[in-house]
Amino acid sequence: MSNAPAAAPRTLFRKLWDNHHVVTDEGESLLYIDRALAQENTYHAFVALEAQGRQVMRPEQIYAFTDHYVPTTGRAKGLAGIPVAEIRNMVVQLQDFARKYGINLYGIDHSQQGIMHIVPPELGIVQPGLALIGNDSHTSTHGAFGCLAYGVGASEFAHVMATQTLWQTLPSTLRIRVDGRLGFGVSAKDLILAIISTIGADGATDHAIEYAGSAIQALSMEARMTVCNMSIEAGGRAGMVAPDDTTFAYLDGRECSPKGAAWERALDFWRTLPSDTGATFDREVVLDASLIAPTVTWGVSPAHALPIDTAVPDPSQAGNDKQRGEWASAIEYMGLQAGMALSDIRVDRVFIGSCTNARIEDLRAAAEVARLGKAQVPTWVVPGSQTVRRQAEAEGLDRVFIDAGFEWRDPGCSLCTAINGDQLEPGERCVSTSNRNFRNRQGPGGRTHLASPAMAAAAAINGRLVDVRTLIG
Amino acid sequence: MQPFTTLAGVAAPIDEANVDTNQLCPTRFNKVPRGPKYAEILFYDQRNDTDGKRTDFLLNRPPYDQSQLIVGDSNFGCGSSRETAVYALYEFGIRCVIAPSFGDIFDANCAKNGLLTVALPIATCASLRAMLHASPGMTFAIDLEAQTVTDGQGDVHRFDISPIRKRCLLNGYDDISRTQEYRPAIEAFEARHRTTHPWMFR
Ligand code: SF4
Repeated sequence: MSNAPAAAPRTLFRKLWDNHHVVTDEGESLLYIDRALAQENTYHAFVALEAQGRQVMRPEQIYAFTDHYVPTTGRAKGLAGIPVAEIRNMVVQLQDFARKYGINLYGIDHSQQGIMHIVPPELGIVQPGLALIGNDSHTSTHGAFGCLAYGVGASEFAHVMATQTLWQTLPSTLRIRVDGRLGFGVSAKDLILAIISTIGADGATDHAIEYAGSAIQALSMEARMTVCNMSIEAGGRAGMVAPDDTTFAYLDGRECSPKGAAWERALDFWRTLPSDTGATFDREVVLDASLIAPTVTWGVSPAHALPIDTAVPDPSQAGNDKQRGEWASAIEYMGLQAGMALSDIRVDRVFIGSCTNARIEDLRAAAEVARLGKAQVPTWVVPGSQTVRRQAEAEGLDRVFIDAGFEWRDPGCSLCTAINGDQLEPGERCVSTSNRNFRNRQGPGGRTHLASPAMAAAAAINGRLVDVRTLIG
Repeated sequence: MQPFTTLAGVAAPIDEANVDTNQLCPTRFNKVPRGPKYAEILFYDQRNDTDGKRTDFLLNRPPYDQSQLIVGDSNFGCGSSRETAVYALYEFGIRCVIAPSFGDIFDANCAKNGLLTVALPIATCASLRAMLHASPGMTFAIDLEAQTVTDGQGDVHRFDISPIRKRCLLNGYDDISRTQEYRPAIEAFEARHRTTHPWMFR
């Protein structure tokens, strides 16, 4: 437990850390892990575990999701609907390992199947105060609930399965305070892109981020998840938001949420979690929400983001040689010209999906814009889970998309990471609601512009990047 | 895990910042079981053109095709948590990456696989890369016990490393065995945690 006197003000992060601290050994702390989330690529961890002849310590605390490799069409056929044997095998392997070890499985045929960062919140598997890891860098998403959520590699995942603990060094803390109100047509995605372009792609390395301020408090849980999701794109080890009434209302009644007396007890505890008045952070960054415009990326790092009403930067205006080189090579890869207006960029495809922006609110925002026109380029909408898909269909959003010429597909990671066979052709330019615009991310030679769901839908019906505020309202 | 004590080998300069794990191991190769195949996978999309022909990417050319060290720029290994990025470096023969900063998850993944990450100041890394460009094939030496990098001109650069990571690397310790020594403490913690936060357990 903490050595701090009881009265010393603590941050949310520090409370979560102290609550899971088992021992410290030579500067590393062993943290107890309440939940662990696996996906198909976690087979590397299972193979390592078996090679060492080890058991899974608490299988009931491990959850496995089929998301990265599942197809986003033809799902009625189940496994048989995956034509490529190697890809099908990835899904089969995870399902087999999960069954063998008695791990909770959301397999390809499960009625609640979906992306590993979308399903656990929907089911109340994620709650304030937990320490949770995922074998995926975007595990930071879950910090939106006021829990400690770390992305880890295969070795650390195997370690958690064998010991239910993780070794960590205490990170520094960074508070990102966003005050004021987001303007009309500006979403959580624009907010996080603005944050990353402000602090840089490594601006939060070795830091646990707490997002705070009135603009963050005003966000829905879906929007908070979008923000926390991309903490890793600023290098952050974790990102979190203090739990509040919005959090509690979201969790109330969900399948795995505490019920009855347990709910009351949990609530009492959850209310103690927010950072104490007077708690200090190692660093603080302050942004004014009202100054943020709809934002898109022009380059190959999420930090290469600018307001839609600006232009591709000119390397000759760069601050130093290093930046000049970085901008020039990004512009070359993206096939753009320095100084051209962002709204003059024509696009070949649009992808609305991923753990950043495939929740029901995201689809509602996209549908609102889709109603205004017809897709000028191939446009996919991939819901984040079967639950989102059913909800969207109940609201008639699927019809809106289909009527606008968008393709309504089945849940999974899809074009976000281009591993299930959904991918861009070399040179193709895609507006994507996902989180990474790295070179080749959406397929070899593919070019990605990150944007919000509304901005992506606006690009779809215009065939180019466009300020969504000029279309709505 | 293979112990890491000393290393002397060809160092390759990789000038770009933010080299992400998707470049080290493109996503479509994540399904490959761990093994020698990963040597070919490292930087696959830079080392091969879209027709599958070899490019003149640095690591394809002698003497860099024998590299054991990489000197990179900021935020090396950012992005996805895929440990296959480390498998690719390892199978290619890389045992040490020197850079101003690393993606956190990549950094941890390296340590678990016997690969040393060395953080040196941004200006030092830039001058080391310039040195390597000027003299291709130059070898650098690492002494983990002494926590030093000796560059090709004989200059010595000290680096920091956590004592525990150092000990694990030097001895090739398996992390899980180390943790098992704490099993009683873990179980005692868990029992207490269950009593104080019963709703967290299903
Ligand atoms: S949607 Fe994309 S970022 Fe999210 S878990 Fe899937 S592949 Fe990773």
